[in-house]
Amino acid sequence: MTYSFGAMYVEFGMGDFVLNVNGEDLRFSASPDETLLSFLRNRLNLTGTKYGCGEGKCAACTVLLDGRATRSCLTSLDSVGNAKIVTIEGLERNGKLSVVQQAFLDEGAFQCGYCTSGMILGATSLLREQHHPTEEQIVAAMEGHVCRCGTYPRIVAAVKRASRSLAHGASR
Amino acid sequence: MNHRVGPASEFVQGISSDRPSLSELDRRDFLKVLGGGLLICLTRASVAQESGRAFGAHELPKDLSAWLHIAADGKVQVFTGKVEVGQNIRTSLAQQVAEELKVPFGAITMVMGDTDLTPWDMGTFGSRTTPTMGPQLRTMAAAAREMLLELAAQRWQVAAANLTAADGRVTDALNGRSLAYGELTRGEKLVRNVSSGESLTPAKEWKIAGTAVPKAEGRDFVTGKHKYPSDIVRPEMMFGAVFRADGFNATLVSLDTSAAEKLPGVKVVRDGDFIGFVAPDAFTVENAVSATHAKWNVPAQPSNQGLFAYLKNNPESGRDDGPQHVTGSVPQALAGADLKLEEQYTIAYIAHAPLEPRAAVAEWTDGKLTVWTGTQRPFGVRDELMQAFHLSASQVRVIQPDMGSAYGGKHTGEVAVEAARLAKAAGRPVKIVWTRSEEFTWAYFRPAGLIEIKAGARRDGTLIAWEHHNYNSGPAAIGTPYSVANQLIQYHAAKSPLRQGSYRGLASTANHFARESHMDGMAHVVGMDPLEFRLKNLDDPRLQEVFQAAAAKFGWGRLKSTPERGFGIAGGVDKGGYVATCAEVEIDPANRHVRIRRVVQAWDCGAVVNPDGLRNQLAGAIVQGIGGALFERILFADGRILNPFFAQYRLPRFSDTPQIEVVLIDRKDLPSAGAGETGLVGLAPAVGNAIFAASGIRLRNMPMAPRSGLPGEPDPGLRS
Repeated sequence: MTYSFGAMYVEFGMGDFVLNVNGEDLRFSASPDETLLSFLRNRLNLTGTKYGCGEGKCAACTVLLDGRATRSCLTSLDSVGNAKIVTIEGLERNGKLSVVQQAFLDEGAFQCGYCTSGMILGATSLLREQHHPTEEQIVAAMEGHVCRCGTYPRIVAAVKRASRSLAHGASR
Repeated sequence: MNHRVGPASEFVQGISSDRPSLSELDRRDFLKVLGGGLLICLTRASVAQESGRAFGAHELPKDLSAWLHIAADGKVQVFTGKVEVGQNIRTSLAQQVAEELKVPFGAITMVMGDTDLTPWDMGTFGSRTTPTMGPQLRTMAAAAREMLLELAAQRWQVAAANLTAADGRVTDALNGRSLAYGELTRGEKLVRNVSSGESLTPAKEWKIAGTAVPKAEGRDFVTGKHKYPSDIVRPEMMFGAVFRADGFNATLVSLDTSAAEKLPGVKVVRDGDFIGFVAPDAFTVENAVSATHAKWNVPAQPSNQGLFAYLKNNPESGRDDGPQHVTGSVPQALAGADLKLEEQYTIAYIAHAPLEPRAAVAEWTDGKLTVWTGTQRPFGVRDELMQAFHLSASQVRVIQPDMGSAYGGKHTGEVAVEAARLAKAAGRPVKIVWTRSEEFTWAYFRPAGLIEIKAGARRDGTLIAWEHHNYNSGPAAIGTPYSVANQLIQYHAAKSPLRQGSYRGLASTANHFARESHMDGMAHVVGMDPLEFRLKNLDDPRLQEVFQAAAAKFGWGRLKSTPERGFGIAGGVDKGGYVATCAEVEIDPANRHVRIRRVVQAWDCGAVVNPDGLRNQLAGAIVQGIGGALFERILFADGRILNPFFAQYRLPRFSDTPQIEVVLIDRKDLPSAGAGETGLVGLAPAVGNAIFAASGIRLRNMPMAPRSGLPGEPDPGLRS
């Protein structure tokens, strides 16, 4: 995995962190108070993770910490610890989309797409814990995610499609 | 106290000096209200766009090569100043070009919203892309196809009439030979002046247009690869932020930036009351803002309390232009009417809340300014930058990457100007991404409004009088589509206490809410079924058809409303789109919570260009409409927004979403109209009418069921 550091400023000099991002250990100096969102976007240039509100109320910033959906805008670097971080950029394997990514694409479950990264990671986390969620369970698990374009019915359909694919033996 | 959105110089050229008549409104030429009621007349603009005649200083190029280029490898680039915000025009326009040019969809790349590369465009709003840019690009593509046939005819020394164009190749069937387009152009420009009159493929024969082609570059949206405006990075880029005033119309009393200045690499940019920071990274620039302290003098200003009386009593520039439309005599007809109903309706200010807030990256290179930003009007933002920095058009380039939507909320270039200002001071490229609360506070709102309607009918249900006054929210779709002999329709521009501007559908939502709620009330007064009452007073066959289609799919009339479950219907026409919406609501008798269970919406906008994209737009409009209908509203007092966070400003979520069914009426015999906006307007009145059917409570204020009562308004007694 390559990171573009062209314009990034990483020698902040207020602490040392080793973060495992998308399977790679990265050593950085940074402030412990910086949010994971800011770090991913503005220092690692992993811009697939989005800022929407900064208050944990839209879930556009969702990443996986040890497989669990987490709001990166409310997560300080300090609190990440040894957790493995997966962003939207880390889901593809050898050019193959994950089951959830493919399901979103097949259902056309987006309009502007700005919420899509967070939705996909939220759904990935849900399907890891609950292989065959009911519609009510999908709605409950995804309630924290906002799609301002209003594509919720298609997103529910995409999660169901991904669940079926997994049941038919597709690998995550 | 009257805030206009942006420098309106470009718009001003389009303002009709004549008072608009309703017939013009009916032709959908009036599109927008900015600020305290600036009327934007697109009559000449749209005519100009369609005919290629000048609009103001801008003339659309007739030169084919300005719109379309075929490379030697057969790849086609299409240039348009329109922008993609999720409404899917990158796909639908490419489909139309592929259709006329006779190339596969995948051969086309749309180059959009780049002021250096694309022809001038007024902006992406008003549902204008499909009815105006669609035919424009189809015309250019058809002309290119004819040129390619001529080129091949010359090459082979045969008559062009004997050749056919298909799948990116010209074929000479008689002599069994063919050439790819790229072999014909060899990448050279296709130079030809094209005026209208090219023969376009009728919708009945479409093979690529009219089909459910998936979103162009869709894969980049599920992998995080797509770069939105806020994702742009430039070499040596710094991060900027603006220190905001403590309220609207505030003046700075004192400022302390000493703590911010001590942060590593921070530069303060001060110019009067403008205070900005630049830092090497985003974290530090945020810290610089929070470390800064200031005292502001914020003058007393209006609040939600008494807002609607304020709007009625404070006409724009103290003038009253009189009604837009009068037929017959409403007072006389009302005097003779058997049944009458007079009511007031209100609509709150709401926010667009695009999930991607305003963002810009500005870069100065050798006196030329380039700005990547999220805007619906890249050429308008270029004008703002030219004005702010005294530059010529060739010295400014605005690039609009497909953005995290806008819904009418990104017509202006504030953040572009701010980023350019800071970049100039820093001598490096600068990125600014507005925070959510900045987006809520310093952008602009959908106008609040007061609507008063008086109507009269005969005992048999024939409407004979209709009087409709709209204060501040706007004239879009203000005219009734029903056949009423005596009408008085008037829009009253007011001085808005908050900065206001465009919004998806704009006043069409408010005017439809009021009109269709009132129609429902009249049906009740007359004692007729709401659908039957509408059809009785309707002569427009397309509107009749969508009402009947929605009702049939919904099963209208099959079930009777009960106190716990209500059924409502509403509809209308605007911007060439005909909509009818049926809603089923559930009211919990214990806690008085309203839930929308099911929505069926029928839609006709002429020939359908992409049925999947269209269904997506319509379902999305219904979901977005739920917010304004039930709970979205801006609270404000004394120049401050009181709920500028998602924790306080509720947005429609998964659990708010009903079962949605969309019925498309594909009129291949009619030109395609836009579909981004009007799908929004039926939801609120259909829900209000369903609530009435269940409970007998007529809710006349949008939002209808907020968590708490609106300040200064009677509590609706229902929650959502």
